[in-house]
Amino acid sequence: MSKEKEKVSNSATEFYNSKETIDGDIATINFGPTHPATHGIFQNILKVDGEKIISSEQTVGYIHRAFEKLAERRPYNQITPITDRLNYCSSPINNLGWHMTVEKLIQAEIPKRVDYMRVIIMELARIADHLICDSVVGVDTGALTSFFYPFQEREKIYELYEEICGARLTTNIGRIGGFERDFTPAFHTKLKSFLKTFPKAFSEWDSMLARNRIFMDRTRGTGPISPERALAYGFTGPNLRAAGVDYDVRVMHPYSSYEDFDFIIPVGVNGDTYDRFMVRQEEIRQSIRIIEQAYGNLPEGNYKADVPDFYLPDKADVYNNMEALIYHFKIVMGEMEIPSGEIYHSVEGGNGELGYYLISDGGRTPYRLQFRRPCFIYYQAYPEMITGQTISDAVITLSSMNVIAGELDA
Amino acid sequence: MVLSNEDLQSQVEALLGANILHSEINFDILSIEVAADKIHSIIAQLQKDEKLRFEFLTILGGVHYPEQINREFAVVYHVHSWKHKIRLRLKAFLPLSNPSIDSITDLYPCANWMERETYDFYGISFNNHPDLRRILNEDSMDYFPLRKEYALEDATREDKDDRFFGRF
Repeated sequence: MSKEKEKVSNSATEFYNSKETIDGDIATINFGPTHPATHGIFQNILKVDGEKIISSEQTVGYIHRAFEKLAERRPYNQITPITDRLNYCSSPINNLGWHMTVEKLIQAEIPKRVDYMRVIIMELARIADHLICDSVVGVDTGALTSFFYPFQEREKIYELYEEICGARLTTNIGRIGGFERDFTPAFHTKLKSFLKTFPKAFSEWDSMLARNRIFMDRTRGTGPISPERALAYGFTGPNLRAAGVDYDVRVMHPYSSYEDFDFIIPVGVNGDTYDRFMVRQEEIRQSIRIIEQAYGNLPEGNYKADVPDFYLPDKADVYNNMEALIYHFKIVMGEMEIPSGEIYHSVEGGNGELGYYLISDGGRTPYRLQFRRPCFIYYQAYPEMITGQTISDAVITLSSMNVIAGELDA
Repeated sequence: MVLSNEDLQSQVEALLGANILHSEINFDILSIEVAADKIHSIIAQLQKDEKLRFEFLTILGGVHYPEQINREFAVVYHVHSWKHKIRLRLKAFLPLSNPSIDSITDLYPCANWMERETYDFYGISFNNHPDLRRILNEDSMDYFPLRKEYALEDATREDKDDRFFGRF
């Protein structure tokens, strides 16, 4: 036997030997960072006894892009594209949340129509976010079909975004003070047909999983968390509600006229994967209700507020009107005048309370901008939730928590 | 029961007394400044108080004010009372010479990573923290990037003079 071959055969024996000794012993395995089942770049070093997880250690930060530092160098209207890249499954919520934060600082008066338009868009984004998360839970339990149907519906939502702002994933939707244009006729047609066809398609998809015996057996009791622990770990959003706590920013601190709408906050009981799935499914139905109410009662009025310091003037005016030209120049160069002060504003994002803590010293950029990224805070609970569970349970627990790498790592 | 910020201000002042160094209502949130060495007991008091019940820690983070001598760093806490639907902001200032403050991880387990993040970006160390090391940046990094002295763009570049772009 040549030396090369000897080496190979030795390492093979070693491999099988170690495999033998694993049985009954503790093994260390890497779950991630780039594993298809993590749906993002997360590393978990699991210590397992057979299939059972004894402990796990998390590493985060693989796609850290220094958003908070970047924000200290960007004028206010240039920060919106940064927020796109937090929870990229529901970017419009992040964009509009940021606009509302700045509007709070400049104390702009926002027309009712803008509020309702925002509600429609934010609820569409919530549906898109929950569709992805819930279909991924399906995939991880082995139901790959459940991935394809919701994506048809999500495509329609993305077409609606496209009608408003021209973009699909990283939307940069809206402006400080409102929108760049009113809903187009094509948007009205598409939204009407979406509202007509979506509930049927959704319930068809929902019936595939919600009462499916195999799916229920797989997800019930998996990755549970008690309401006390969920609160201690700073859970918000559907994950907290699945544990039975009915905290929702839309209700506790209504923004963008959410107080005008009638909707239910679904809560779970056990805080396990099944409850998280079911809470999201019900939230999709409630979002449709909110959209129907907002669209049905869409007030007349302007699609933008009167904030010439922040809202770009019409192009025609820029070329013909001196004042508009000055405002255009000031906004593009980032020389708007902004009051100093400290603001905390939060919105109900796709996966929890998305907050913006903004300190302005009156300069052209924020002095400090901190994002409250919900999944950065609640992902800490993951080791506690999967201890004692099997590896395959760890996979569906992770996907049902809706941890988005972009938001986690900022 | 919904509390107004003014009611909250009087209740917090009654509870904490002389521990409040400064308090003001900034937009819609009451903001109080407290001494850094008492932060743990003050937050514990607010959390355990039967009437106020600030049981939820919303965010925790740092701020760097290089011009304020001996008050260069601030650690800012936002706590939330769901019973009263009200938020409260607490600030504690720290000197550059010794930026350290007590950890509140034992009160709110979710503070763990937020404190690690603050350490990672500002170099503020948290006493009694169970596992204080960098979280988003790599471990071998030898500076704290969110401090104001670290410019965002490459300082060696000469082709991008900020003055020509109307900046600073």
